[in-house]
Amino acid sequence: MATENPQVVTETEEHVHEESHYHPKLSFIRKYVFSMDHKTIAKQFLITGIFWGVIGGLMSMVFRLKLGFPDDSFPFLQSILGSWAPEGDLKPEFYNALITIHGTVLVFFVLTAGLSGTFANLLIPLQVGARDMASPFLNMMSYWFFFLASVVMFSSLFLPQGPASPGWTVYPPQSALPQASPGSGAGMTYWLVSMALFIFSALLGGLNYIVTILNMRTKGMSMARLPLTIWAFLVTAILGVLSFPVLLSASVLLIFDRGMGTSFFLSDIYIAGEALRTSTGEILSGGSPILFQHLFWFLGHPEVYIIILPAMGIVSEVLAVNARKPIFGYRAMVGSLLAIGFLSFVVWAHHMFVTGMNPFIGSVFMLLTLIIAVPSAIKVFNWVTTLWKGNIRLTPAMLFSIGFVSTFIAGGLTGLFLGNPAIDIQLHDTYFIVAHFHIVMALSAIFGMFAGIYHWFPKMFGRMMNKNLGYLHFFLTIVCAYGVFWPMHYIGMAGVPRRYFEFSNFQAFGGFADLNQFITVAAIIGFTAQFLFIINFFYSIFHGRKATMNPWKSVTIEWTTPIKTGHGNWPGEIPEVHRWAYDYSKNGDSENDFIPQTTPVSADEIEPEH
Amino acid sequence: MLSFLAVICVVFLLIVIVQISKILESLGVLKGEEEAQESSNKLNGGLLFVFIILSFYLIYWSIKKYSPEFLPESASIHGVWIDQLFNITLLITGVVFILTEFLLFYFAWKYRGNRKKKALHYVDNHRLELLWTVIPAITLTVLVGFGAVRWYEITSQPPDNVTWIEITGRQFEWMPRYPGVDGVFGKRMVEYIDDGTGNKLGIDTTDINSEDDFLPTEIHLVVNQPVAFKIRSRDVLHSFYLPHFRVKMDAVPGIPTQFWFTPTKTSAQMAKDVGKPDFVYELACAELCGASHSNMRLEVFVDTQEEYDEWEKQQTSWYSSFMGLDKEDDADAEQLEEAADQKEDNDEGEEIEITETNGNVEENNVISMLQND
Ligand code: HEM
Ligand SMILES: [Cu+2]
Ligand SMILES: [Cu+2]
Ligand SMILES: [Cu+2]
Repeated sequence: MATENPQVVTETEEHVHEESHYHPKLSFIRKYVFSMDHKTIAKQFLITGIFWGVIGGLMSMVFRLKLGFPDDSFPFLQSILGSWAPEGDLKPEFYNALITIHGTVLVFFVLTAGLSGTFANLLIPLQVGARDMASPFLNMMSYWFFFLASVVMFSSLFLPQGPASPGWTVYPPQSALPQASPGSGAGMTYWLVSMALFIFSALLGGLNYIVTILNMRTKGMSMARLPLTIWAFLVTAILGVLSFPVLLSASVLLIFDRGMGTSFFLSDIYIAGEALRTSTGEILSGGSPILFQHLFWFLGHPEVYIIILPAMGIVSEVLAVNARKPIFGYRAMVGSLLAIGFLSFVVWAHHMFVTGMNPFIGSVFMLLTLIIAVPSAIKVFNWVTTLWKGNIRLTPAMLFSIGFVSTFIAGGLTGLFLGNPAIDIQLHDTYFIVAHFHIVMALSAIFGMFAGIYHWFPKMFGRMMNKNLGYLHFFLTIVCAYGVFWPMHYIGMAGVPRRYFEFSNFQAFGGFADLNQFITVAAIIGFTAQFLFIINFFYSIFHGRKATMNPWKSVTIEWTTPIKTGHGNWPGEIPEVHRWAYDYSKNGDSENDFIPQTTPVSADEIEPEH
Repeated sequence: MLSFLAVICVVFLLIVIVQISKILESLGVLKGEEEAQESSNKLNGGLLFVFIILSFYLIYWSIKKYSPEFLPESASIHGVWIDQLFNITLLITGVVFILTEFLLFYFAWKYRGNRKKKALHYVDNHRLELLWTVIPAITLTVLVGFGAVRWYEITSQPPDNVTWIEITGRQFEWMPRYPGVDGVFGKRMVEYIDDGTGNKLGIDTTDINSEDDFLPTEIHLVVNQPVAFKIRSRDVLHSFYLPHFRVKMDAVPGIPTQFWFTPTKTSAQMAKDVGKPDFVYELACAELCGASHSNMRLEVFVDTQEEYDEWEKQQTSWYSSFMGLDKEDDADAEQLEEAADQKEDNDEGEEIEITETNGNVEENNVISMLQND
């Protein structure tokens, strides 16, 4: 390896030599904490993401207990939550705080940082054939900004008034006025600071991903030869770079409104016994809370695609490898990624159909929203066709990928109801929405993440995860997850609003005690089942079976690196790429049914398109 | 204690599962990796297929059980349209769902891996892809078309004979206001809001139009009579949500919104239709507005014209109670009402506008009433 052949490393890339893993001089801190190695940074994102996943999941357990068993009290809650749950009865303010933080950390910390932070970092240099990211330093900063954001968000949990509580969408005026709810005081300030830090992290990461993909591909790796993972990360990063700044601007304006007497989002408000006035004593007016919603969703909608696209990329890859077939319709897959990416910028106001918007504008957004379903449908059909006549290895990663496609179908189809503003009048802000976006995020995107972890674990840690635990994990998860979110469609169709602390006040909403109880039980079992994964994950890091170099017989070039991949990735020269990333079952027998990207095209071989 | 025991049990269970999996894994390695994978392909493929078939059955069963609750009986004209659109979309998506999910899981099982087989190297098929681009596109065009037509109808300007009601949200209460017999609301200003004195809406008491506005604690509508709500908020966002009428519109401080519709079933009729004698229409808040978001309830009644008139008669104007007029002299209140009745007759057929600036309807009439006091 490199130590045997340091000459080559020095020759190809000077800086790699200095930082190389193969040099034992690197201190523990530089190697594992303030590391600039994209693979270590990926693991840091992943483990922080898992941490937040557990925290966010625990929060959902607490509020599901309340929703499923509204009349019982759970004294043990008091020991965890203290004054939030006196005598074990959750207080409504803290119910709101829990759903807010649950949503925020799962959307941003788990499914953005934990998903694209992990896999973009791990896979971009390895799959395009680069020694590291374009800027390893900024990449490291990206993680540490995320870490700081996490620290701030986590400390907000211990504020005496509790963390932010206006929902993950933090609509003003509630989020602007400390008088409006306890969480709108210090809790909201922490939330905004945390998000600002997070946005820096996302931008540093995103710029790095884009530059690396565009500029640092190895010889022969044309754009048309990139695996779909990389295409997905590229589009994701572009979306992030273009849309996160808008959330930052919204946050800054909100900070002004909160602390400096401006009224970007405030108008004609009387709260806590007095009217809000400017410093000169006039009634504060002229602002628009709707403006905030536009700014928020201009990020917010691309954000949901920032979450799902990496999962789509991962799944495309895992499906092809394990079906032992090329991904069906590579060009259409790339085209639909680009189309989805573009369209995701022009549909944001479908979250605002009932804010009193001009009906004409509503219909334009309906049209654009439903158009997104076309590229989504193409992807689904192509995935299903990829399975057709395959020779499918049902590994845990493959199971989760199939689960991804299944849930994405379910969640995408409910989008067609919501994108239709007339129907959305009834469904908006009901449990139908909750079902829709949990099926695409809490199921699809998380399944994509699991698929990625099971698949690339050997690359990350040089060991294998236990498959049997993986199988059990998958089946328990998919059964419980559908068990939780499928019935929510029913509750939503019956008109029950979301974010309700209790349903019994209303005749119209109180009739679903049995379903709510069922959901809670399924959620608890499903959450517990995740510990199978967590145990498997951490146990296998240290004691898993040793991996072979290319355990899944994959053609992509990350598997040409040594099992214990050092900083710099390839001890020798970076391999040259000669073909696209999907030559499965092209020739050979079932033992040898793949041609790595590094294999030159032989004379008698026809390489049609790529 | 019980929960502690439960946690212990779960932990124990997890440990057992982990140990068994480890043993199975080592057995698999002994057997040979390929062979182990092949047998798990068989098992997992079978389970996937069983999963989807069972799921289809459970979906069928649960829909049969719960569908009476879906889309609660709609009680407005446009509510029926929305339900139609919903059902068309459900039909289309349902077919797509069953087809694609079935194929997905069926393929996973049918083509489960086997060392003796080889996959088909199948890269592309433009005709197939074109097909499944065009079909969704056409289907969606149809959905967009129907949707747009209904959306424009629902959001159109209210008809001339509409009755206006104003509804204001605050933490945590809905506050309706009726314009009274003149059909015109008195002016409102944030400056005038004062919870201490009871001017919760900031009504301008010097505006003559405010004299007969009344602020009931429940909403009454007339069946088959179009009604328009002017929706406002005093503090944070709320959302005006009438599930049975398929009405939802955000209440935004500083930016009034509106929604008009025609209720088609009286409360009594609805109670009979749904078979619940104690049925009552409800107004809820659908936008997270704080701790008591789930408790912003107001009852709504759809009356026949006669019932409504009867109810309206019993309402005292907010002005008179705010100024203490109703307590001073009962006769005054009656007088006010009589005058009001008269005025109503005069108003019949007259077009009434909602705009706050339109303040001159029957001005003299009210002034003379005031002078009487
Ligand atoms: C065919 C594709 C899709 C369509 C047509 C669609 C449409 C919609 C619409 C119209 C809404 C707004 C509903 C309302 O608030 O009344 C919505 C909400 C939402 N969607 Fe989708 N969607 C699609 C796919 C996705 C995907 C792939 C994701 C994420 C991975 C996603 C995540 C969300 C989220 C998070 C919300 C709700 C946010 C909130 O209000 O808290 N959607 N969707
Ligand atoms: Cu959206
Ligand atoms: Cu409210
Ligand atoms: Cu509310």
